Amino acid sequence: MNNQIAGPSTPPGAGIPDAAEPALRVRDLRVGTDNLDLITDVSFTLAPGERVGLIGESGSGKSLTALALLGLLPEEVKASGSIRLSEVGFDVVGASERQMSKVRGDRMAMVFQEPMTALNPVMQVGDQVAEIMLLHRRQPDRRAARRAAVEMLAKVRLPDPEGAARAYPHQLSGGQRQRVVLAIALANDPAVLLCDEPTTALDVTVQAHMLDLILTGVAERDSALLFITHDLAVVATVCERVLVMYGGRIVESGPIDEVFTRPRHPYTRGLLDASDMDAVDGRGRLHTIPGTVPAAGRFPDGCVFRNRCAHATQQCVQVPPLEHKGARAHACWHPVEEPT
Amino acid sequence: MSQPSPPILSVRDVHRRYRRARTSLFKPPSEVPAVRGVSFDIQPGQRFGLVGESGSGKSTLIRLLAALDHPTSGSIEFEGHRISGQPERRLGFLRERLQVVFQDPMGSLDPRMRVRDIIAEPLVAARKPTPPDRIRELLTAVGLPDDAGDRYPHQFSGGQRQRISIARALSTRPSVVVADEPVSALDVSVRAQILNLLADLADEYSLTLVFVSHDLSVVRHVCDTIAVMHHGELVEMGATTDVYDNPQHSYTRRLVAAVPTLRRALAGVSAAELARAVTAADPEEDEQ
Repeated sequence: MNNQIAGPSTPPGAGIPDAAEPALRVRDLRVGTDNLDLITDVSFTLAPGERVGLIGESGSGKSLTALALLGLLPEEVKASGSIRLSEVGFDVVGASERQMSKVRGDRMAMVFQEPMTALNPVMQVGDQVAEIMLLHRRQPDRRAARRAAVEMLAKVRLPDPEGAARAYPHQLSGGQRQRVVLAIALANDPAVLLCDEPTTALDVTVQAHMLDLILTGVAERDSALLFITHDLAVVATVCERVLVMYGGRIVESGPIDEVFTRPRHPYTRGLLDASDMDAVDGRGRLHTIPGTVPAAGRFPDGCVFRNRCAHATQQCVQVPPLEHKGARAHACWHPVEEPT
Repeated sequence: MSQPSPPILSVRDVHRRYRRARTSLFKPPSEVPAVRGVSFDIQPGQRFGLVGESGSGKSTLIRLLAALDHPTSGSIEFEGHRISGQPERRLGFLRERLQVVFQDPMGSLDPRMRVRDIIAEPLVAARKPTPPDRIRELLTAVGLPDDAGDRYPHQFSGGQRQRISIARALSTRPSVVVADEPVSALDVSVRAQILNLLADLADEYSLTLVFVSHDLSVVRHVCDTIAVMHHGELVEMGATTDVYDNPQHSYTRRLVAAVPTLRRALAGVSAAELARAVTAADPEEDEQ
C-alpha cells in the first residue's frame, strides 16, 4: 500500500548470518491470560519456500499459535515476544488492528479447517476472491479483480471457473469450497501461508487433491508454509520439517525424516507409535500414550509431559531446555536413545 | 457360502429413498436414493467394517440395521426375526440385543444426567432392574473409576466420554454393537486406547462388531471383513487383507491409493503422487 507502516524496527535480516531473510521469525512467543500461560517460549523461523508442520493433539496450543501469528487472539488473551514477517516493518506482537489488517490476506494468509464458516454465505465466491485483491489494491478495479479471481479459481482446478465464480458457497461441495478458501489465501501471493487442519473435514480422495494444490500453490509463489495438523501421515506427506507441540511448548523439532524415524522426545515417540495402525505389541494391541491431554492450565510444572511419561524422574520437575543439535532440537531430560 | 451358523444380521436387496423438499406445486418432489440394492450377511462374532466417504449411504445403512429407520424396499433380519418395517413395539428384543455407539459422545450423552443414569438408561427402557453392582462392573469394564458414576458428561474428556457411551452400549448385554465412527473425533493417543478397548470388549463379551468409518487404516486394524460403500451401493466386500491388498473395484483402489500413511510418506511418496494415484485408479470418477 504505502510506507506509513514502518515501525520501530531493526533493519531486515539483521543478526542473521546467511543472506536469505526468513519469511517468518518467531522469538520467545508467550501467549496467555493474566494468570494462565497457554503458549510458552515458542521460537522458530520459516525460510521462503520452506514447508513446516506443526503437530500435536488438541489442547497443545497449535491453533492458538496460528491465531497469535495472525494477531487474532481473543481480547483477554495477550501475546509477548516477537513475530516478524519479511518486508513488514513492524512486529506482529503489539501491532495495531490497523497495521494487522494490511498484513492479513496479503503478506500472510490462512486456510481454516471449516470452509463453510470461512466463506461468506451471501456473496458469490468469485467476488470473495476479488474482494481480497481489491482490499489490498492488488488490482486496479472491480473488473480486473473479477478476471483475476476467475483465473485464481482455475488455478485451484475448480471445474468451470467462470460458472463457479458466480456460485454461492452452499452450491459447492466441501472440497470445492476449500479450494475457494485456498484461492482467496493465495490471491495476493503471501510470504507465509498458514493452514490449520485444512483437510480434516474432507474425504480422503478429496484430501489427496487438496494437499497437492496447497503444495503447488506455495511452490509457485515461494511462500513459506506452516501446516497445522494432528495427522502425522499428512504432515509427513506435505512438509520437510516438523515442530512437535505439547502443553503450549515445542518439545521437539527437526527434519521430518529424522524426527519421525528417530524421535528423541518420548511424546513424539508415543504419537508415532499410537498413530501406526500396523504396529501392535505382542498381544495384538495398538500402542498408546497413557492418560489424556490435560486441560489448559492443568499441565504439570517442569516438563509438561512428565505426568504421562514412563521415564519421568525427580529431575523432570525442572523445565528441560530445548537443546539444539544441528537441525534438530528436543526438550527432554531423558531423551529416547538414538539407535546405534 | 455354507456357514455352519445362521447369520446374525441378514440384509436382502435393501433400498432406501428419501424425498427431497417439494420445489413445485405441480411436480412430485424428487427422490434421493441413499441406499440402492444392498445385500449381505453378518456372522456371529464377525468384526464387520463398513467403509465409505461422506454421502456414500453408510450412515443410512446403519440406521436401517438398528431399525431406527426402515427400508423403502427389501428386508433386514436379525437372528432370524424380521426387523425391517416392524412397529417399535415389536422391536423391544432388538433394542436389547443390538446397541449403537455414536461418533460424537457429547451429542449422544444427555448433559443433565449423571453418568450412572446414562449407563443404566437402556436397562430402564427395557424395564430391567439396574443394580448398582452392574453399573460399577460396566465402569470397570471400560476403564473408568467407580466415582465416575456420580459425575456429569461435561466433566470428562472426549476419550472418557466415548468410554461412557461404550459402557451404556454394553449395559443390556447385547450380541451386536454398531460403532459409528467411534474414534473420528478423538486425538491420536486416545484413539488407540479406545480401539484397544473395543477389541478387548468384543473378545470378552463375544460381541459381533459392526464398525463404520471413513478411515480405511482404522477399519483394517479392527475388522476381519470390509464392505465398501459408494453412491449407496456396496461395491466390494471381502476379507480385510484381500480388500486392502488386492482391491478389485476401481473405487476401492481409489480409496486405498488416497490414504496417506507414515510409511509411504517417509518412503518419499509426495502429495502430487497421491493425487495422481487417486486419479489413475479411476479417472472417470474424479470430480474435476
